[in-house]
Amino acid sequence: MTENPNLYLWIIPLLPLTGAAINGFFGKRFSRQAVAGVALTFCGAAFGWALWIVAQFSSLHFPYSQTLATWIRSGSFSVDFAFYLDQLSLVMLLVVTGVGFLIHIYSVGYMWEEGGYYRFFSYLNLFMFFMLTLVLASNYLLMFIGWEGVGLASYLLIGFFFLRDSAAAAGKKAFIVNRIGDFGFLIALFLLIQHFNTLDFQQVSAAVQPFAPETAGAGFLTAIALLLMVGACGKSAQIPLYVWLPDAMEGPTPVSALIHAATMVTAGVYMVARSHVIFERAPSALTVVAIIGALTAFFAATIGIAQTDIKKVLAYSTISQLGYMFLACGVAAFSAGIFHLMTHAFFKGLLFLAAGSVIHSVGGEQDMRKMGGLWKKIPWTFGTMAVATIAIAGIPPFAGFFSKDEILWRAYESNWIFWLVGLLTAFITSFYMFRLLFMTFFGEYRGPIGTEHSHEDHAASHGHGHGGIHESPWVMLGPLVILAVLSIVGGWVGIHHRFDDFLAPVFASNASAATAFEGGAATRSDEAGLETTLMLVSVGAATLGFLLAFLLYNRKPKLPGRIAASIQGLYSAVANKYWIDEFYTWIFVKPLVAVSSVVFWRGIDQGVIDATLDGSADTAREVSDNLRHMQSGNLRSYAGWVAVGATAVIAYMVWIGTR
Amino acid sequence: MVPLSYYLVLSAILFACGVTGFLIKRNIITIFMSIELMLNGVNLSFVAFAAKWHALSGHVFVFFVMVVAAAEAAVGLAIIIALFRTRETLNIDQVNLLKL
Repeated sequence: MTENPNLYLWIIPLLPLTGAAINGFFGKRFSRQAVAGVALTFCGAAFGWALWIVAQFSSLHFPYSQTLATWIRSGSFSVDFAFYLDQLSLVMLLVVTGVGFLIHIYSVGYMWEEGGYYRFFSYLNLFMFFMLTLVLASNYLLMFIGWEGVGLASYLLIGFFFLRDSAAAAGKKAFIVNRIGDFGFLIALFLLIQHFNTLDFQQVSAAVQPFAPETAGAGFLTAIALLLMVGACGKSAQIPLYVWLPDAMEGPTPVSALIHAATMVTAGVYMVARSHVIFERAPSALTVVAIIGALTAFFAATIGIAQTDIKKVLAYSTISQLGYMFLACGVAAFSAGIFHLMTHAFFKGLLFLAAGSVIHSVGGEQDMRKMGGLWKKIPWTFGTMAVATIAIAGIPPFAGFFSKDEILWRAYESNWIFWLVGLLTAFITSFYMFRLLFMTFFGEYRGPIGTEHSHEDHAASHGHGHGGIHESPWVMLGPLVILAVLSIVGGWVGIHHRFDDFLAPVFASNASAATAFEGGAATRSDEAGLETTLMLVSVGAATLGFLLAFLLYNRKPKLPGRIAASIQGLYSAVANKYWIDEFYTWIFVKPLVAVSSVVFWRGIDQGVIDATLDGSADTAREVSDNLRHMQSGNLRSYAGWVAVGATAVIAYMVWIGTR
Repeated sequence: MVPLSYYLVLSAILFACGVTGFLIKRNIITIFMSIELMLNGVNLSFVAFAAKWHALSGHVFVFFVMVVAAAEAAVGLAIIIALFRTRETLNIDQVNLLKL
């Protein structure tokens, strides 16, 4: 192996950390411009560094790893502070720093009127640090640090408006639900240590390679894979742990875009792709991944139909698209999953940012029923959002089409049921996204007249057009336009499977192991005809979704209400998110609270621990209370005690002497 | 020759008188005198033993006790005077400010 140039990988995560520290410790005294400057400089520098690495791509030999120091050493087991770069982490690196940087720029404008400006950017930079640690880590433990860190940053940012009870509760919910997933992840790490005595990606991969796929269904590789899947379910909001993501929309919109759409929630997909060697040898675990992904994609999409909050629609859409990525991973099409991850980062980031721009322009209103007809007033926002909508709907030649099509094709190869569910989801996705677009931008304006722009929310320092709906400043529109361009061209890297080939070295073992249990996937050219057919079907589904949304929400706006009334039960089930939150409250939260308050709090804490401590203190006090009376202050009683004592001593000595 | 036990019984009676006086009397001067009585009861037993065994150290002890008792009387009386000046009482039951 030839010598690689030193890339100083460790600098990349460290740059945003520096920014977070500067803003966190001193930002309170900075002006807004200075805070934004610091945050943008360090985040931009990380992006620049990533680009610098890409520039040297041809001279690099992957995988590239760099060890800084030994972190833990215990017998023959050791964990290093080491960073690792291959094609997979390079894609993630570019997505995280690139989209992250754009969202930083956007936030400068979006958060301008909000309090805690420095705090926001400090958290945002902190998030970048942990996310970059996650994608650049060279072992599972360092990855876990990043994994937990992004959870922390997510918690802090969801609860950014911490004076609002719902925001604080949503932050806690996200944190606690993620703990369940992290529990699975940790157990998986322990199993890895037990069986392979290492957590390093390359070493684990090398140790797992000799194993044959566990076709019988059970085995420790399946166990590890399933536990990793539990972790991924928590972080990437899959059934049954998805409930935190819709609530996470309490955070500021750029946070939803960066953390809860583009980067953090895709960490689970990245982790599964990173562990592909294990998953390939555990086919039953892969099937579970595919089923969970398909189910999540479908159910989240159906919930998305009936939401009226613009951000909630996007949140369920995110869950649904993450389901697609898991479906891709589940059918061993890891590169398709990562491809969709990338395009999704572009168009979903854009959708959230554009939604933020809409919310900004109508003065904080998030209910789509109170919008409408906005396209003339905010044309740039409308244009970019339309691009993103077409991209997510999967209409060529926009980005979402290529990645989604790739996933559907690979799903069809594996099992046509997965393909059918994916296709239905694509149809629903197209429907609810165009519904969002029509409700927001077309028809009549349904909001309050004259007071569209609430001046309480936006301080008097608002630099531009007061009164009425207005376009966002260019600091916000710029990132929108760039992301819109990426949403159009981002998918073109997938033409002729170039993206697939790019990632092929990472998933090299993929082919051999995958064919082993798929019964030999045929070569690509043979399947070209089938692929084209499937492509046409999925485009047809997307178009159908568009037409239905056009009919219902543009031509005949009265119709949706009537349809909803005619299928009352089903509609209320969907609108209430299938009562999953209520179900969890009854099954898990309430019993847990009851057990905690009765057994752990009143029983153990108060009954045993407090009782022991208080009891010993009480005993000591009672004893001393009685002994205190010896100190009466009466001289004669003292003398009496002395006399009694002396008599006792003499009596004892006499008794000794006469014995 | 008076037997030794006579002396010792007298000594014990004197000491017991001193103890009893110390315990039952309230006047601090009386208590003081009771202490002297106890000391002298002990002194008597010392000299009785010294005479019995023809040993000189018993006499020496008695002189020591007398000297210490004289010094103690000087200091004790000074304390009593100081006490009387501040509290205007010699009743020991009323001098209990330091109790818990």
